[in-house]
Amino acid sequence: MSTRPPRLREKAQVLDETALDRALTRIAHEILERNGGAKDLTFVGLRTRGVTLAQRLTAKIAAIDGTTLPVGTLDITLYRDDLDMRGAPVIRGTDIPFSIKNKTVILIDDVLFTGRTIRAALDALIDLGRPKMIQLAILVDRGHRELPIRPDYIGKNLPTSKRESVAVRLREHDGEDRVVIEEPEEA
Amino acid sequence: MGWTRKDLVTMRELEPAEIVLLVDTAASLQEIAGREIKKVPALRGKTIVNLFYENSTRTRTSFEIAGKWLSADVINFSAGGSSAAKGESFIDTAKNIAAMSPDVVVVRHSSAGAASILARELTCSVVNAGDGAHEHPTQALLDLLTIREHKGHFEGLSVAIVGDIAHSRVARSNIHAMRKLGMTVTVAGPPTLIPPFVQEMGVKVSYRLEDAIRDVDVVMMLRLQQERMTGGLIPSLREYSRYWGLTLDKLRAHARPDVLIMHPGPVNRGVELSPEVADGPYSVILDQVTKGVAVRMAVLFLLAGSKAGGAA
Repeated sequence: MSTRPPRLREKAQVLDETALDRALTRIAHEILERNGGAKDLTFVGLRTRGVTLAQRLTAKIAAIDGTTLPVGTLDITLYRDDLDMRGAPVIRGTDIPFSIKNKTVILIDDVLFTGRTIRAALDALIDLGRPKMIQLAILVDRGHRELPIRPDYIGKNLPTSKRESVAVRLREHDGEDRVVIEEPEEA
Repeated sequence: MGWTRKDLVTMRELEPAEIVLLVDTAASLQEIAGREIKKVPALRGKTIVNLFYENSTRTRTSFEIAGKWLSADVINFSAGGSSAAKGESFIDTAKNIAAMSPDVVVVRHSSAGAASILARELTCSVVNAGDGAHEHPTQALLDLLTIREHKGHFEGLSVAIVGDIAHSRVARSNIHAMRKLGMTVTVAGPPTLIPPFVQEMGVKVSYRLEDAIRDVDVVMMLRLQQERMTGGLIPSLREYSRYWGLTLDKLRAHARPDVLIMHPGPVNRGVELSPEVADGPYSVILDQVTKGVAVRMAVLFLLAGSKAGGAA
């Protein structure tokens, strides 16, 4: 089994509830602007918080444009490149109840770090069909990329050091809307 | 709860949470069967050897499909047409195969304990695909997944297992697992086919089909192992079928309208199950087979897909 992670303490708040909501509203507008409306758009969120963010984005688009867009859930466990380095992973399943063939897929995750999760997500998506285009929306881009991956929509650019971590807390899971930087306690 | 075992040999040794983890993982993997491209890269570069010393259709095929859908390389070995036919012992054959560095060996053997011997002797993961009349854990897991999909939960459900309990590894694995998950189990069959002291496994015993199937959520019919006929354990096939064969009339008269009828296969049509029941609305027999692939994917993934499950 993996060793116990060090205790983290909060170092700084990056986004509060209002700022988080504004960032999502802006991203919703940017998605519509870039794609000339909501036609042929589908949303796929990465478990767990990417799915919640996808639902919030589609609600905003519905409010702006009147279009209801489908949201799918992607679990990338089976596509990870670090299965050999981790403890037994838990698979919670992919649930994309619509075809992504010839659609524009907006892929959503909360934090973009090394890019390895997105690499796995791209492989997983393309195994489900050939989308016309995949665009990446991220709430917080914290840098330190290890792969040539770049988001199309960014809520907040946040330079971090590698030992810090970024926690996105959402009402649906954590009871509050907030993004904070954390660092190991015994540093 | 994570998976930490090297092998899957018995249901008896598993914790309830481990059983639930296996069933949950299998449930999540089911969607792969509905995809256009039925392949995920999780076990790329892993090697799985199917070491089968007994005939099998469902189990071997579904282990093979499961391994291939996870992108592992799957090699089938069957005792006929191999060096086993030249007199090589089971352990020697297994050690020779292990020397080729597989990640998982799936073993079926007619002797109880064969899988646990391999688990002890080999450094790779070992999966028991049926050892004599002992255990058949992946069958119990697919039965559990089927039950949960139809009934929504385990706790408090009642199950009747009917037929040749004494020779059934399926019954044994299911009894262990179901008792751990809070289900009530009744075993039923002619006295010659009920093992002595079976009550010590925490089950009720019934000697009448009509009583056993009354008010239960699930009826699991076992195959009458006709090769046992010579042992004089039952007077005749006709008599067995008359008293222990499940017909639509008996079901309608005694069982609940929402009962599930299960069978691990292969079915002796007209012996333990009438064709109208086997193909009827209560039957989930083919559903069990479909779920078998997902369950075996879950087992292979948990054993070979992570550091925790892999060889030490």
